[in-house]
Amino acid sequence: MRIFQKTPLSVCAAMVAVGLSWGAGTAFAQSNDTLAKVKASGEITMGVRDSSGALSYTLGDGKYVGFHIEVCQKIIANAEKAVGKKLETKFVSVTSQNRIPLVQNGTVDIECGSTTNNAARQKDVSFALTTYVEEVRIAVKANSGITSINQLNGKNVATTTGTTSVQILRKHERASGVDFKEVYGKDHAESFLLLESGRADAFVMDGQILAGNIALSKSPADYKIVGEVLSVEPIAIMLRKDDAGFKKVADDTIREMAKSGDLAKSYDKWFVQPIPPKNTRVGLPSSETTRATWANPNDKPMEDYAKK
Amino acid sequence: MTLEWQVFLTDDGGGRTYLEWLLQAWGWTLGVALAAWCVAIPCGALIGVLRTLEGSRVLPRIGQAWVELFRNIPLLVQIFLWYFVLPKLFPVMQQFSSFWLVVMALGLFTSARIAEQFRAGIESLPKGQRYAGKALGFKTWQLYWYVLLPAALRVILPPLTSESMNLLKNSSVAFAVSITELTMFAMQAQEETSRGIEIYLAVTVLYAISALSVNRLLAQVEVRLRIPGQQSSVRPSITAGH
Repeated sequence: MRIFQKTPLSVCAAMVAVGLSWGAGTAFAQSNDTLAKVKASGEITMGVRDSSGALSYTLGDGKYVGFHIEVCQKIIANAEKAVGKKLETKFVSVTSQNRIPLVQNGTVDIECGSTTNNAARQKDVSFALTTYVEEVRIAVKANSGITSINQLNGKNVATTTGTTSVQILRKHERASGVDFKEVYGKDHAESFLLLESGRADAFVMDGQILAGNIALSKSPADYKIVGEVLSVEPIAIMLRKDDAGFKKVADDTIREMAKSGDLAKSYDKWFVQPIPPKNTRVGLPSSETTRATWANPNDKPMEDYAKK
Repeated sequence: MTLEWQVFLTDDGGGRTYLEWLLQAWGWTLGVALAAWCVAIPCGALIGVLRTLEGSRVLPRIGQAWVELFRNIPLLVQIFLWYFVLPKLFPVMQQFSSFWLVVMALGLFTSARIAEQFRAGIESLPKGQRYAGKALGFKTWQLYWYVLLPAALRVILPPLTSESMNLLKNSSVAFAVSITELTMFAMQAQEETSRGIEIYLAVTVLYAISALSVNRLLAQVEVRLRIPGQQSSVRPSITAGH
């Protein structure tokens, strides 16, 4: 048809091809040696989360704190010793969608959030030794009487877009034949709002995010974390792939912290004791799986935990 | 960097491939857009006509209030108002599914813009049309239905085409209220497969195809509805003035 002859489809195709090759070119242009890079520039960029429970969150005003941020700061201190000069830390807030691309392209040197270490991601990035093992649980209103995922038949279940919990729910639905309606929040705060406002009967997410949100809610006593563990996920600090030098610094730091007991103390400080800004407690003591990982530091992906 | 297109054939954990999920999500996008379009056009036309009424003082003001209300608030904020705030104020709305709430929000937001286009189209017609119709004894509704709107429609079709394409693209904000459409598919599938480039490329192509189809469809409508000799034809007319 004459109309389609006028449409510059060939121009569009050419632009896409140019864009792709340009993207491929820049991807290979990055060197994977973080230590050399930070030595040359004098600064290191830490990827942080705005609200990932007690692992990494913002106090406002560009200040970020949390368990993983504390571990990362120790890693950076050891990196300073390794390169022999002082490094300035820059914080960059990342989201579930952009954390991996930003580490890959060099914008972020070390990501200290709540990233699950799994086999798919190990194709694109590498992880330091696991510092925390997360268990995916269910949060419900205390007066709802729900104690297990099997009681959620026909109910609304909230989870956050862009997280691994979405896929876990989908697999569980298929495996067990329980049929529930999924409601997606665009971030953890919104998903919790769905539970709070009654639009959802349950919120499925990593236990510490549930605990963190409950602690910060208007009336924490109204909520309970119930049910079986739906998935066990090792959470680790993310680094660039094939960067043996920096990974060694990170791994050595974590191994040393685990042996000296600093890791357990830091965990206690963030997960059990009152934390800023409101001096609330997350109240989640370390699980057996987490303590086992500290005793035998490893960077095994999630799939290895599922096999047990 | 190689592109792994076979990721679309892998299972997503729930017994369907990512390709099937992509197509389902596309269906949701088209569904939201179509339903919102069916809300926007009648509302927009009505409000646009209200704004051009000459015999009343109240009705044009109502039209203007409508337009100002829905035009001055960002679309995403409007969607949150419909999804979170209104159901708190009117508990009966808690029964409505998020699909209809998003359709209402998107439809009414677009209706304000369409109302302005209808108003501009009607006001672009020579004043003589309206007076001739009145002189012939048409009632107001007959005047609009038989004289003004048919002529105005030919003038409005290009901006209306733009607006319809905008509506389709704006449907992507529905992901914020849990509609499993293309943008949500892109974010979630990218997270699960870590193959962001392939996923986003596919989603981009589908959005482009949808918008282009709307464009071509309405272009055909424009061609079929063209009145020979009118100023609104694409080819410049060689008949001098009129």
